[in-house]
Amino acid sequence: MPSLGVPSGTVHPRLTANRRVLPGALRGGIALVGLLLATAVAAPLLAPQDPIEQVDPAVAQGRPPGTSLPEIHLRDGRRLLADRVARLPEGLVAERLGRSESFPAAAVANLTAGGVGDRRRFLLGSDRFGRDVLSRILYGARVSLAIGIFAVSLALTLGIAVGALAALGGSLLDALLMRLVDALLAFPSFFLVIALSALFHSGTVAVVLILAATSWMETSRLARAEIQSLKRRDFILAARATGEGPVAIFFRHLLPNALTPLLVQAALLVGSLILAESSLSFLGLGIQPPTPSWGNMVADGRDLLVTAWWMSTFPGAALALTVIAFNLLADGVRDLLDPRSRGGLPFSPPAL
Amino acid sequence: MPGFLLRRLAASLLLLFLVLTVTFFLLRLAPGDPVGLSESSRLTAEERADQRRIYGLDRPLPVQYAIWLSAVALHFDWGTSLAYQRPVNRLIAEALPATLLLASAALVVEYGLGLLLGVAAARRPDSALDHLIRILSLLVTSQPVFWFGLMAILVFALAWPVVPAGHLRSVDAADLAAGRRALDLLYHLALPALVLGVHGCGAIARVARGSLLEVLGRDAITAARARGLSERRVLWVHALRNAVVPLIQLFALSATALLSGSFVTEVVFSWPGIGLLTFTALSARDYPLVLATTALAAVLAIAGNLAADVAHAVADPRVRDA
Repeated sequence: MPSLGVPSGTVHPRLTANRRVLPGALRGGIALVGLLLATAVAAPLLAPQDPIEQVDPAVAQGRPPGTSLPEIHLRDGRRLLADRVARLPEGLVAERLGRSESFPAAAVANLTAGGVGDRRRFLLGSDRFGRDVLSRILYGARVSLAIGIFAVSLALTLGIAVGALAALGGSLLDALLMRLVDALLAFPSFFLVIALSALFHSGTVAVVLILAATSWMETSRLARAEIQSLKRRDFILAARATGEGPVAIFFRHLLPNALTPLLVQAALLVGSLILAESSLSFLGLGIQPPTPSWGNMVADGRDLLVTAWWMSTFPGAALALTVIAFNLLADGVRDLLDPRSRGGLPFSPPAL
Repeated sequence: MPGFLLRRLAASLLLLFLVLTVTFFLLRLAPGDPVGLSESSRLTAEERADQRRIYGLDRPLPVQYAIWLSAVALHFDWGTSLAYQRPVNRLIAEALPATLLLASAALVVEYGLGLLLGVAAARRPDSALDHLIRILSLLVTSQPVFWFGLMAILVFALAWPVVPAGHLRSVDAADLAAGRRALDLLYHLALPALVLGVHGCGAIARVARGSLLEVLGRDAITAARARGLSERRVLWVHALRNAVVPLIQLFALSATALLSGSFVTEVVFSWPGIGLLTFTALSARDYPLVLATTALAAVLAIAGNLAADVAHAVADPRVRDA
């Protein structure tokens, strides 16, 4: 109707308009999330180097993206890097740390006619310990995604349990649980998360538990509302009339029918919990080095922003891309399920 | 209305009390105490016991709780910071203005930019501009604040130095005239406030767009247009006023989001506010200071919620009579 030359809003609100874009967002989200999951699973195959091992850090540290250094394997097991090597009849001359060092041919294991047979490449640069930023980002994907997914599964389970108890357990329990949820929601959970992780020794498991414990409340509200509206429906009454027990009714009829909106919320939550984990790790309260996490990698490069911008930039970009992917996914699914909600809600609970 | 307000206020006070009590005991549950962690690791066991006695950490926990609570409730005395060796009240009073300044500047950016984008998107739904705004708001909302801040520093303070990379004021700010000092402050405020505000504006834009579109479909708008009002007046006055309720509800959310966002932003920009203070207090197990900043965070969050509820009740009579 824009062809009539009037602003389209004057004709009708077109809340559900543009079906072309919606599946696009969903497709993009699914593709990106799938790609990220595949990357995380295949990290050991994809990563060019070990994410934690430091090889000749003095030479390798702080190299810009695209650097490729000759790698000398010595017979005694040591591995050295050099800026340049030159092959001489009696062995090898390597320029390391501004000085020339010569190695007899017998000492070098990977000697070739032109120099040495191996090179160490830093496609996205190296960090302050000479580790490959790309490899650490790839392994960091495992940490971030695993924590996000585990924490959300826990939060989802807890939220559904509390929501179901509130919806099915009588009005007193309902009032009690929902006031508790209100109270917890009113509290700035990021402060709680920070306090908890600072006080209790942080580690992967602790981070998962803390994130789950502070993020289940919205889910429980949603679960309660869904179950409450479902439990009065005819098919539930019918199931009860046929003599099915309450547990069977819950798992066979109530839960499957309430699950879709809960899963949408879970997808949203993955993004915001990954953000929360990385913020914690950035503050030094989450995943501890040397285990690579995007948050602690950004923090690591923070002091070297002037001289080595790549150390913070690339891990943060990976993180942003991941959060975008999950938000796209959740956004797309929500639009598909309920076209009226398009544009109606913020992407996620207060992102960190 | 007064009944509604009183009820909400009482509930908020109760919630605050619960938050503080839980935090008090959580702090003590955590391993490590300020004496054990302090740099005085060369102290003998006897000297340590002495210190614990001075700080009152040797008494039974319920007694410590009672002493702490009565000082807070009766004299509003939050004790002495163990790490800074200064009254907590003073430390908070020094840090709070910086946080409030940053948060309110960010709030202005957030709502200003968000409303602008939301209205622009709602004017022509499904236009190229609408899609662009939708993509933009997804992009900014998905940014990790700490990385967004660092990238802003990298671009606008290091590569192309137009603003300083952090801190509240220049080193020589004390020597400047009052007008110059205010400019100096603004100059330092620009980057952190923009980072925090731009990060938050995506959600506002989305809610504003959705709510506006819903309102624009109502008969009242058709009637306003039929009366010959300009499209601009219809949009900015008639539609926006009716679309404001979801935005008010969002305010409570954005108050807590701003709080956590400013925590990270303060650390990134070395902004001497409550976030930075809490961060240092936590690593030193500075019990009195942590309790006070937690209380403050809770008060701000609860006040945000309360303000949203009250504003909602003012805007929508059905709420307050319920």
